[in-house]
Amino acid sequence: MSIFEYNGSALVAMVGKNCFAIASDRRLGVQLQTVATDFQRVFKIHDRLYIGLSGLATDAQTMYQKLVFRHKLYQLREERDMKPQTFASLVSALLYEKRFGPFFCQPVIAGLGDNDEPFICTMDCLGAKELAKDFVVSGTASESLYGACESMYKPDMEPEELFETISQALLSSVDRDCLSGWGGYVLLVTPTEVQEKILKGRMD
Amino acid sequence: MVKMTDLPTKGGFSFDLCTRNQMLLDKGVQMPPFRKTGTTIVGLVFQDGVVLGADTRATEGPIVADKNCEKIHFMAPNIYCCGAGTAADTEAVTDMVSSQLQLHRYATGRESRVVTALTLLKSHLFSYQGHVSAALVLGGVDVTGPHLHTVYPHGSTDTLPFATMGSGSLAAMSVFESKYREGLTREEGIELVAEAICAGIFNDLGSGSNVDVCVITKGQTEYLRNYQLPNPRTYISSKGYSFVKGQTEVLSTKITPIQSKVQTVEGGDAMEE
Repeated sequence: MSIFEYNGSALVAMVGKNCFAIASDRRLGVQLQTVATDFQRVFKIHDRLYIGLSGLATDAQTMYQKLVFRHKLYQLREERDMKPQTFASLVSALLYEKRFGPFFCQPVIAGLGDNDEPFICTMDCLGAKELAKDFVVSGTASESLYGACESMYKPDMEPEELFETISQALLSSVDRDCLSGWGGYVLLVTPTEVQEKILKGRMD
Repeated sequence: MVKMTDLPTKGGFSFDLCTRNQMLLDKGVQMPPFRKTGTTIVGLVFQDGVVLGADTRATEGPIVADKNCEKIHFMAPNIYCCGAGTAADTEAVTDMVSSQLQLHRYATGRESRVVTALTLLKSHLFSYQGHVSAALVLGGVDVTGPHLHTVYPHGSTDTLPFATMGSGSLAAMSVFESKYREGLTREEGIELVAEAICAGIFNDLGSGSNVDVCVITKGQTEYLRNYQLPNPRTYISSKGYSFVKGQTEVLSTKITPIQSKVQTVEGGDAMEE
C-alpha cells in the first residue's frame, strides 16, 4: 500500500480568463474506513493565493502551517503579499530540503499574479515544479482527473463556465476512485471576489 | 534547554523526517514514485560550438505528468545543461550550480568556464554517493573553446564530441554513431540533434512530446524552445464539452469580495528647512 493511499485525496486547479478555480474532495479516511466528510485540503495563503495539499493528511497540515509561518514572516519583512511564482519556489525549496526523508504531500498552487494573470503549478513530493497553462491535478484520483480535464478543459473560460467544468471533472473522476469523494469543494477566484461552493456528490 | 523556534534553515538537506519515514517503510508502506524525466538528452560539438537537445516529457511512474517540460537548464549565458533522472534533483542541482557560477563571475570578473560548472556538479554529486539522482549533459563555449561533458549520478564525468543520456540514450546514440562527423555546420548539427531526439521520442516510452534545441556559439546562445512539434493533439472534438450553468448541484455558496490593499504613498511633502 502506497503512503499516498493512506488518506486518499483528489485535487485539481484550472485556469480561466483572468480567474482560476481550485477544487478538492472532502473525504478523510484511514485506509478503507472513512473518518471525516468535511476535511479541508485547500488553504488560503493570502487573498489571491491558495494552496491545495494532497497525500498524507498529517504532512499536508504540517506543510500548510510551515508555509503560513514563512509567508507571515515575508509579509512583515517585505510589507506586501508574496507573488504566486515566488511562493511556488518557496514550497519547492521546503520540499527539496527534505529530499532524503520527504513530506508525503503533493501541493497544487493556484494564484492571481500581476495584471490578474492566473498562475497554477503542481509539484511531486520532492519539489519538482510543473508549471502548466491549463490545468494541474494531484491525489489518488489523479489518473482519472488527467483524463477528465484533458477532454473537458477549454482555454479562456469565463468564471461560471470554469466552475461547471472543474466541478464536473472533479465529480466524475472521484466517482472512479474509492479513496476520494464524499462531496466536493470548489474555490473560484476572480480579481474582485472569491466564491467558495460545496458540491453535492455521491457519498460512497 | 528551551527549544528554539523553527527559524528558516541556512540551506542544505534536513534529515528530520527520516526516522518517521523508516518506521513507515518497516510497517510495509511503499515509498511514492518521484517525478522522473524519462528522457532523451543529447549534445554534440560542431565547428562553431555546441548543440544541446532534449525531449519534453516528464513521467510519474507510467503516467505522463507534464507534456511540455523544460529539460535544458540555464547555467551561465554561455553554458547550458540538460538533465535526466529524478526531476527535483536535476532542477535543484542545476539551479544551485548556476547560482554558484554567478557568484564566481562576480568574484572573478570573467565569463564562466565549462570545466568550472563540471567540477562543481561532480563534487556535489559524488559527495552524495549517487543518492542525488541527476544524469546531466553539460555543454558550453568559453575562452578555451567549445566543450561537451556528461555527468553521471555518482559523480563520474566524460568529455566527448557527441553524447546521449537518459532512457532514450540508446535510440539517440544509434543516430549519432551513424551520422556524426567532425566539422558539422550549424544547420547540420541542429538537424542531427533533432533527428536523434525524435528517435528517442518515437522509440522510447519514457520520452515523448516535443524537441527542444539549444545552440551555443562564441558570444551567442539560441534557445529554440519547442523547435519541433512532431506530436500534435489531433483527437479534440471540435465542439468540446459545454456544461449548462447550474448543472452541478451546489449545497452552499459563500462569496467574499476581495478588499484591495491600501497603497501608501512614498515621499509626500518635503520637510521645511
